[in-house]
Formats: sequence, C-alpha cells, structure tokens
Amino acid sequence: MTMTKKLWIGIAVLALFLPLGVIVPRWFNSGGAWGEWGLDEIQKAAGFVPEGMKRLAEIWKAPLSDYSLPNQSKSLLNESLSYLITGIIGIAVIAGVMYLLTKLLVRKNGSR
Amino acid sequence: MHIPDGYLGPATYGGMFVLTVPFWAFASWKLNRTLKARQAPYLALGAAFSFVIMMFNIPILGGTTGHATGATLIAILIGPWAAIISVSVALIIQAMLFGDGGITAIGANCFTMAIAGVFTGYVVYRLIAARSEITSKRRLMAGAVAAYVSLNVSAIIAAVLLGVQPLLEKSPTGQPLYAPFPLNVTIPAMALEHLLLFGFVEAAVTALVIKYFQKHDTAMLG
Repeated sequence: MTMTKKLWIGIAVLALFLPLGVIVPRWFNSGGAWGEWGLDEIQKAAGFVPEGMKRLAEIWKAPLSDYSLPNQSKSLLNESLSYLITGIIGIAVIAGVMYLLTKLLVRKNGSR
Repeated sequence: MHIPDGYLGPATYGGMFVLTVPFWAFASWKLNRTLKARQAPYLALGAAFSFVIMMFNIPILGGTTGHATGATLIAILIGPWAAIISVSVALIIQAMLFGDGGITAIGANCFTMAIAGVFTGYVVYRLIAARSEITSKRRLMAGAVAAYVSLNVSAIIAAVLLGVQPLLEKSPTGQPLYAPFPLNVTIPAMALEHLLLFGFVEAAVTALVIKYFQKHDTAMLG
C-alpha cells in the first residue's frame, strides 16, 4: 500500500472519532472557544453588544453553520452525528479543493 | 483562535488581508516552480489533517475549549510554503462552509494559524533538529517544542488582534465598536489556556506523527 493511501486511512480513522469533539467538552462542562462568542454570549460577557460587531457578525450565512446539519435538535446524539457528517463533508471538500489547486500549481513541472 | 466576523474592525481585517495575500502569492509561485506531481497528494492530506485535528475540541473544566492546528507538523512534512497553502485552504473552507472563523477575518486567521504558525514551527524545528539523525530522539523533541511554541505564537497574535480593537475602534462616546476586551484581558486569557493545555496537545500530536514517519517513511522527514 502506498504511503498516501495509509495516511488517508489514518485521516478516515480520525474522522470516525469526530463525535468526541462534541462529547468530551460536554463531559467537562466546557463552552466554546475563548473569543468566539455569539452575540447573545457577548451581551452576557461584556454587558453590551458593540455597534460594529452587531453590523458585521451576521454578514455571512454559512450553509453548515457550527458544523450542524439544518433542522436538527440539540440532543447530544444529534449534535455528535451532525458533527461527524459535516466533518466528513469538510474533509471531502477540502481535499477536493486542495487537489484541484495543486493540479493548477504543478502544471508547469511536468508529471514527475 | 478562529476570530469570527464582527470582532475585528475594517482597518484590522483589511490590513490582515494586505499582509496575508503576498504570502499566499509567494507560496503559490514557489510551489509552481518546485512542486512535483507526486508531492501533490500531500498538500490535500495536509489540508484535510489540519481541518480534522482542529475539530477535536479539547475542554478546560468548566471553561473554554481549544484545539491543535497541525501547522508545525505539516510544515515539517511538506515544507513551509506548501503548509501555508494547505492550512489556509482548511481555514478558508471552515469560514465559508461552517462559519468557523469569520469571512472578514480570513486574512487574520490565515495569518495567525497558517503563516505565523507554520513559520514559527518550521524555524524552531530546524533550529533544534539541526543536523541530527532523522530517526533521533532530538528530532522528536524538536517537533514537540516547535509545535508548542508555534501554537502559542498563533494564539498570542490572535489575542493582540482582539485586544487592540478597543484602542482602534471606538464610537464618539468611547464605546468599543468591535471586540470589546483590552489587551490585559485577551492576552492572559488566550496565552494561559494555550501555554497550559492546548500547546501540549499540539506537541503530542506532532511528536506522535513524526515518530510514525521515523519508523515508516524517513524520506518525508529529510
């Protein structure tokens, strides 16, 4: 088996454990990352929502916002499964984009 | 460490794009001249690895979460210029598809995690590894230390970007317009959690994978 194949398998195995990215923080009663709060959380943390932040915060509607699938309940099972599925989608999209980009980049160097 | 939309004012996020784009351009130019077709799959692997490792949120009891980025490891394995492109692609897709990090903050986030993370990790690794044997313990240690330092440098730059907002962007009445916390809040908060926990996770991941390559494919470390 080639090295790249082995490494892709490694990434696939890592991906299977992705639900831990949701479950483990719950065990420890942890919130999100520092400095990545939503508007309601910043209201709580700072006591107000800065004007500019209000304007810019929702400038982009990400299709799979926060690694969740649309219309899913907030149960731990649903969140972990959504996290797993969106993670796999992310890996596929990123690998695809990077693959196309490198195709463009190596064109000049021939096929070796 | 993924700064969301609304945290940085236009001067900062604009400035960070201006700072970051030349690195992307130079990295692309460099790869265009040097990248061989057989190396190409490693860029996709690097981007996928960085993405997936960032999804493993590491908790602090009752506090926040953080994650490794893989920047140092990827830099060691595929070189700094390829690593900058790989980690940047992961970050850009995270912002666009998952709203993880802001669209306006793509320049800033790619600077902290991809550019600063990759260069710091790569330079520290090279300095410590020097001319040691590829399979030596010293290489392993070099990777671990480099990863630890790199993640902390990224975190501190992010903290500075957030912390200068109240100085740069104020309403006429003096209220912060964007990220509201000053440097003496952002730096300790970001530095402590990365110095005490997340940096060690980055170091462990990096050392573990280097160990694997020392055993199975030393050519990647050469």
